[in-house]
Amino acid sequence: MTAAIQVHDLRRRYGTFEAVRGVSFDVERGELFALLGTNGAGKTSTLELVEGLDRPTAGTVRVLGRDPVRDRAQVRARTGVMLQEGGFPPDLTPAEALRMWAGPLPAARPVAEALDLVDLTHRAGVRIRQLSGGERRRLDLAAAAIGRPELLILDEPTTGLDPSSRHDTWRLLRALLGDGVTILLSTHYLQEAQELADRVAILHEGTVVAAGSVAEVVAGFPARIAFDLPPGLTLDGLPDVVGAYSEAGGRVTLHTTTLQAALTTLLGWAAAHDVALDGLDARSATLDEAFLSIAGGAA
Amino acid sequence: MRHLAAAELHLLVRNRMAMFNAFLLPLLVIGLLAAGGDTGDPDATARLVTGLLGFVLLGVLYYTLVSTYVARREDLVLKRLRVGVLTDPEILIGTAGPVTAVALGQMTLFVAAGAAFVGLPVPANAAVLLAGVLGGAAVFVLLAAASAAFTRTVELAQITTLPVLLVSFVGADFALPADALPPAVAQTLRLLPLGPTLELVRLGWLGSPGRDALGVLGEAAAPAGLLLAWTVLGWLAVRRWFRWEPRR
Repeated sequence: MTAAIQVHDLRRRYGTFEAVRGVSFDVERGELFALLGTNGAGKTSTLELVEGLDRPTAGTVRVLGRDPVRDRAQVRARTGVMLQEGGFPPDLTPAEALRMWAGPLPAARPVAEALDLVDLTHRAGVRIRQLSGGERRRLDLAAAAIGRPELLILDEPTTGLDPSSRHDTWRLLRALLGDGVTILLSTHYLQEAQELADRVAILHEGTVVAAGSVAEVVAGFPARIAFDLPPGLTLDGLPDVVGAYSEAGGRVTLHTTTLQAALTTLLGWAAAHDVALDGLDARSATLDEAFLSIAGGAA
Repeated sequence: MRHLAAAELHLLVRNRMAMFNAFLLPLLVIGLLAAGGDTGDPDATARLVTGLLGFVLLGVLYYTLVSTYVARREDLVLKRLRVGVLTDPEILIGTAGPVTAVALGQMTLFVAAGAAFVGLPVPANAAVLLAGVLGGAAVFVLLAAASAAFTRTVELAQITTLPVLLVSFVGADFALPADALPPAVAQTLRLLPLGPTLELVRLGWLGSPGRDALGVLGEAAAPAGLLLAWTVLGWLAVRRWFRWEPRR
């Protein structure tokens, strides 16, 4: 079976500004693929090409094996899309908006069920203009999911949500993945990618600068060991390891590409010399660190 | 598409100004017509009443729809609809549905009132009258979509609709007497969309002196062709210029 989404050497130019500069990635069926990037990295521009809202300046997009612009009717019936910003008339109620949206869909969930999915049942009859930003985002998600799509394309689905609603949304997305739905989403919450994504691609200035599983992406970045500098010692008194010590405010940080070996050396040395390493903390690089190093370093 | 039209109907009902224009205004007009519309000169009366239909096409259908298309575009409704299953023409037609229905209803009411209160005849050839009304509606829906492309905000619709409104009114010679303009100018203006629309309406309603229903049909061919040409032009303009999302 072909990948759910195939994007090859995609480019999109607005006037003289090229927002997307040769982006390629595949989204396999049943996985959640996250596009990460700072604002202006090209996430929305890329997603809009996948959604078929515009033709790429160059490159190709295939969604469920088809061209999303030319084969719009066939692709739309099987996908659910959540744009970066709402797009329901503010004077409709959520129930009316979903009825309008679900009307032409072949196998739509009942409106009440869709409202319940995103916990908006109690707001069903309120004008959309009176909803909070987070409630509108959840309404958008309900609209994307109401047609029981095989593929969801979600542009920043949890932006503006409070932490508890964000977790509810994650639970819903996991449930949909469990049903076999494929999800492509963009986010600037790295924790979201870490929680949900099978694979990620980090976009920076219109190109993919890192891609793979979260573990693969962070593997390229050094791990970190930190502890309080033991009294009476300086950095020179610490054992030799692969990596470099640094110290700030009495706290030592070691960045190393060989976490296990460095930690073994350090702990062996501490035991032998009867030194207490207070506040000891050792961890692999996080997606945050990888991301900041990419976004900051390349800028 | 009917679900989109149903949603638009909800929005129409929630808009007080639109509701007033849709339901109270025509009753007011009919009241005036019944009170003093019969001018004693059958030709002038006929021009007045058929002109009312033109007024509905422009003031109700065209003007309201320009605002509607712009509002839906600026609220990102059109952009959202384009990631759904409806086709582009379905989105445009569904959005226009309720206002078009209101306009057609008003025109029916005015034809009935014309016959009931000011002594105009029962339409000579209903098919020609209907063709004028429906063709006119189609052209002004398309013109509204085309005008929306040049209108950045709902407020600006008051200005961007002026050219079509003014030229149509003048060209269809119910704002000015027929001989107030140089003949060449008047002749040219009559070719604009409202011209053939009202010509069909007058032919279908009042007939043509010395011709039966069939004869009227022959005379209707030229304006019908012209109206069709405008419909095609309107559609091409929409395809070329219509914007589905706000400018960045």
